[in-house]
Amino acid sequence: MNNKVPNNRAWLLVLPMLVLVAFSAVIPLMTVVNYSVQDVLGPNASFFTGTEWFRTMLNDEALQSAFLRQISFSLIILAIQIPLGIGIALIMPKRGWQASAVLILITLPLLIPWNVVGSIWQIFTRGDIGLMGWGLRQLGVDYNITGNASDAWVTIVLMDVWHWTPLVAMLCYSGLRSIPEAYYQAARIDRASKWAVFRYIQLPKLTNVLVIAVLLRFMHSFMIYAEPFVLTGGGPGSSTTFLSQSLATMAIGQQDLGPSAAFSLIYFLVILLVSWVFYTTIMNMQKDKPPHGGA
Amino acid sequence: MSWMVWTMPTAIFFSSIAAMLAGMTIWEILSPTIERKGFLPIATTRGDRLFIGLLSAAFIHLGVIGFTSLSIWIALAVSAVWLLVLMRWG
Amino acid sequence: MSYQLENTQRGEKYNTIYSKVTPAQRRNRSARSRLRSRLLLGLYLALMILPIYWLINMSLQTNSEILGSMTLWPQNLTFDNYIGIFTNSSWYMGYVNSILYVAMNMLITICVALPAAYAFSRYTFIGDKHLFFWLLTNLMAPPAVFLLPYFQLYYSVGLFDTHIAVALAHCLFNIPLAIWILEGFMSSVPKEIDETAYIDGYSFPRFFVKIFIPMIRSGIGVTLFFLFMFSWVELLLARTLTATDAQPIGMIMTRTSTASGIDWGTLAAAGVLTIIPGILVVYFVRNHIAKGFALGRT
Repeated sequence: MNNKVPNNRAWLLVLPMLVLVAFSAVIPLMTVVNYSVQDVLGPNASFFTGTEWFRTMLNDEALQSAFLRQISFSLIILAIQIPLGIGIALIMPKRGWQASAVLILITLPLLIPWNVVGSIWQIFTRGDIGLMGWGLRQLGVDYNITGNASDAWVTIVLMDVWHWTPLVAMLCYSGLRSIPEAYYQAARIDRASKWAVFRYIQLPKLTNVLVIAVLLRFMHSFMIYAEPFVLTGGGPGSSTTFLSQSLATMAIGQQDLGPSAAFSLIYFLVILLVSWVFYTTIMNMQKDKPPHGGA
Repeated sequence: MSWMVWTMPTAIFFSSIAAMLAGMTIWEILSPTIERKGFLPIATTRGDRLFIGLLSAAFIHLGVIGFTSLSIWIALAVSAVWLLVLMRWG
Repeated sequence: MSYQLENTQRGEKYNTIYSKVTPAQRRNRSARSRLRSRLLLGLYLALMILPIYWLINMSLQTNSEILGSMTLWPQNLTFDNYIGIFTNSSWYMGYVNSILYVAMNMLITICVALPAAYAFSRYTFIGDKHLFFWLLTNLMAPPAVFLLPYFQLYYSVGLFDTHIAVALAHCLFNIPLAIWILEGFMSSVPKEIDETAYIDGYSFPRFFVKIFIPMIRSGIGVTLFFLFMFSWVELLLARTLTATDAQPIGMIMTRTSTASGIDWGTLAAAGVLTIIPGILVVYFVRNHIAKGFALGRT
């Protein structure tokens, strides 16, 4: 916004927050950088290795394929969740007790701990005790998420759609609610078709929230860990092993501090680049528009 | 602090980042930046250009380390030149 | 002249449309499309509830019934799984731990985020945009990157396996999120209000607590909802920073798989109980949530 006052004493208001976040972000980040150039064997035994870990990690084929899997996963779920979320928001009731009830029901999946989401779907898709797994087998589909890679993929995408579409729907719903009733009346007088109302009234109002939705969904899908870990354990083989899980296996499972730190940094740099591009785009979009929002 | 396993190169790295931030702050106080448009597709301030420079420097280093057998000093030199170009004409 | 002509032509066009579709037909059509959207919504909700229903169904069955036959609803209703959880302190303490660190995190976050968000929404200062972006990158940093240093950091300052450790660790992504949401709400409050209050002789702290905070109450409510949500559902950090005394419920649930197989009934019951706090929270903010979800940016 243009009418902000220059005042460097505002730093005092920011300071407490800065101390807390820096404690949680900067010290660990520095440590990761330190790890990444050494072979850490124990508290007092480490050897300087220079850039070796970075070279190994960048040329590691398992990680490269995990990275490609990660990107395709993020793109797939965005392609499903964004249109689906808009659709649901459009048909949600606007007022009355039904509106409240639907709101509460829709947000439900968002409030379940991530590993419980994994457990729910693990139970739900088991061939012996799960409704979905059992049902599909009764229908003659050879459905098996521990043996068949494409079944596992479909299930994880389905789980993520189940889990996160509500967020997109809620964001769009609140965007739609902010459209004044007069706009719709004008459209009715003009006999605008449903599509025209969506295209020229609703969609423009949704741009802001959609950008937030895409950003949030991209970020969270890019660091997805607990749900696939519980549901498939990354299997069968490594077909559903995403970046966070490769990293956690390396860092905790194998105690390879140096390589996993180097890998973390590469991962972080990629995220930093993507988020910077997103952020700059949002800010430039808001610059062209009149007030509200933006730092 | 021993668990942070500091080494000389990383200590130098973080000190120079801190020095850059401090320097930018002082420069900003002495002569506030004006947003302008150089050869980059967006209008940038001085701080934006420094950030773009540092981020691209990181990727230059990664590229050199991972996919070539060149010395890391070459990457450093290229990044430094790129940073200067960005700050001046970006 | 030509304008008039055009107008009458348009009028005629309208009339022809009117004559083709009677009002009754139109009402009929809109009722049908409403019915169709209700049906679609109902279908989505039903599909969405199905996995949760299955969890509840299993939590009310004995293990032998779960494994023995496929039943769409419990044949012999039993609450043993729930009773088992509520009478075993190692189980219910998991809920207490989770709720404790979530509450601490919400309190810490909102206290430091309110002034910071105010600064971002009202003032420009050196490095403000970069600081804001840096905050957002923390929202995007995958917790997996920080796991090991976190463990060692909190171990070295003696906070390992305490609630406050998890609360502080969750600040990493919750403070940036809170500032982002609150900044949106605060920017929609006109600046004139601040100025008037200062002219009336309010000091900054008094103005902030007495006037400003009540004005963005619904924004704060929604922020708290988001803080609860992300702290409650995160487990990777919570698990890494705790051992026995502050272990979250999600971690205790993994205990159900023993050498003799998985105790499905208890697992399901524990899962159902993790959903309930969320339902309570969303019930309290249900009237603000629609507005708040747009993070004040519509």
